[in-house]
Amino acid sequence: MDLLTTLEAGIKMLILFGGLMGAAAYLVLVERWMAAWIQDRLGPNRAGIPLTRIRLFGLGQPIADGGKFIFKEEFTPSHVEKVLYFLAPVVSLTAAVGVFAVVPFGEVEILGYRLRLAVAPGVDVGLLYIVAVSGLGVLGVLLGGWASNNKYSLFGGIRAAAQLLSYEIPLGLALLGIVLAAGSLRLEEIVLWQAQTGLWNIFWQPLGFSVFFLAAFAEAGRLPFDMAEAEQELVGGYHTEYSGMKLMMYMVAEYLHMILASFLLVLVFFGGWHFWGLTGGQAVAAWPTALLRVVVLLGKVLLVIWFFMVARWSWPRFRFDQIMHLAWYVLIPLGLVYVVSAAVLGEYGPGWAAQIGIRPALLSGIINWLVFFAVWGLAAWLAPLHYDNRPLRGPIRPQAPSPEAVP
Amino acid sequence: MEPNDPQVRWLKEPELGWTGKVYLPLFVEGMRTTLRHLVGPKLTVQSPDERHEIPEPLIYRGVHRLNRDEQGRVKCVACFLCATICPAHCIDIVAAPSPWPDRDKYPESFTIDELRCIYCGMCEEACPEQAIELTSLYDLTGKSREEMIFDKEKLLSVYDQTKDTEPILADWPLPAASAQQENGARQMQYDEKN
Repeated sequence: MDLLTTLEAGIKMLILFGGLMGAAAYLVLVERWMAAWIQDRLGPNRAGIPLTRIRLFGLGQPIADGGKFIFKEEFTPSHVEKVLYFLAPVVSLTAAVGVFAVVPFGEVEILGYRLRLAVAPGVDVGLLYIVAVSGLGVLGVLLGGWASNNKYSLFGGIRAAAQLLSYEIPLGLALLGIVLAAGSLRLEEIVLWQAQTGLWNIFWQPLGFSVFFLAAFAEAGRLPFDMAEAEQELVGGYHTEYSGMKLMMYMVAEYLHMILASFLLVLVFFGGWHFWGLTGGQAVAAWPTALLRVVVLLGKVLLVIWFFMVARWSWPRFRFDQIMHLAWYVLIPLGLVYVVSAAVLGEYGPGWAAQIGIRPALLSGIINWLVFFAVWGLAAWLAPLHYDNRPLRGPIRPQAPSPEAVP
Repeated sequence: MEPNDPQVRWLKEPELGWTGKVYLPLFVEGMRTTLRHLVGPKLTVQSPDERHEIPEPLIYRGVHRLNRDEQGRVKCVACFLCATICPAHCIDIVAAPSPWPDRDKYPESFTIDELRCIYCGMCEEACPEQAIELTSLYDLTGKSREEMIFDKEKLLSVYDQTKDTEPILADWPLPAASAQQENGARQMQYDEKN
């Protein structure tokens, strides 16, 4: 590896890291706005430029929040496992940031130099890397819960581990179907494939999309699935005992999970940087088009993130057993069906299409939609999430003998 | 309590219909409610910039005041009813023989600990002379606890400050009177019926 490549990667890393941290900080502000507006409030709109009366709609709020986190007392309880306690948020944040290395923003040609807008461009196992490294995040959560030496934290950590591990399976299955259809694990190829056909995966892979969407939602640990924190039940979940910068690292890691889920959704199902009639379908573009592509990609990602934020206030939380049922009784079977259908269509689809005389994509689309309706209908009919979870009615321990019966 | 306790009534959850099981209509329903509120009117009052509007200042329970009579003297006759009924024991009265001929006693000192007060308004209700009242001033602040113990002069000055906007309740055509009559009439109807 020569110096130029190293330098290029370093610059990209700095840009990406700064961008991610800034995005996380400002997305917190956006989230607070959304939460406030949905609750008929105004939200943070005061903090502007310090020492002036300029408010800028509260755009200074993230800076104030960051300052608060930095100057806050960082209290370490005496009963924690010191090493793991310090290590856990670092693991969480590292895993969350590391994933973004393979997220592609497109390719640009400047002065004859082909610049690929990703920290680690062209990784052949891109999707595999994402699934593997984002799986590491569970470790941070679990370690934090364990090291806190606190029952609530441990519950939060265990729940998070159970939930995240369960949902990684349907997530992987949905991605596997896409990989089978696209024929590549490289994110650039998957995006390019959608851009060249102009047919985003969401239009003809509804089953894969819905499985992936629900699993990604659960992986991000956002509110309908926020078993890990569960303020209502577990005080604060795995980060009950954390404060100051360590708490901030956890929160940023959580936000990055959401951002990553949005990026994956956009890259794999919403066509990445592609938009009809705007960005063209070639892999390499001149810089105006490349800039436009980045804007389109970020716009799509922002829309998905906005949906995440609004969804938080739209639906009640699941019970923990319902979450597990959703993963194991609904999403995993659906994911398996999807993988099988994708494999069968990939193998026999073109032949069948040639026999009938229609385009293979159209045939797969029709079959995929039929499978989607059939399987969701079946899931709705069986309704594995709707059942009575109350304790069984009946004597759980023998009745005490009445005084008359005692001789 | 055991699940089979005879006092426990077991209810079955209502069966979910087809739309509930498919979940998509509920999904849309939740989203619609959220989006409606997202763009809907906001209720926030930007407090230091805008003042909260109190709909009924006369019945609002804010800072106390000690009323004056027509000659500008304190109305209180030091009967101790307010101090007696006060559940927070925040009123302290020192009575003295009155210098005026129309009453026996008057409060030599009258202090209210505004930090102890729970703003229940019972002093106002107990007072036979309409001498103590709660105003609609709600944002009282102080730099020390001592500052928040209001003495007689302070309480009288609150009256001077608020007397124009909030007249003494007894001198006011009471809207409560008509409501009382209405209630009485309703009670009579009820009695007749039964």
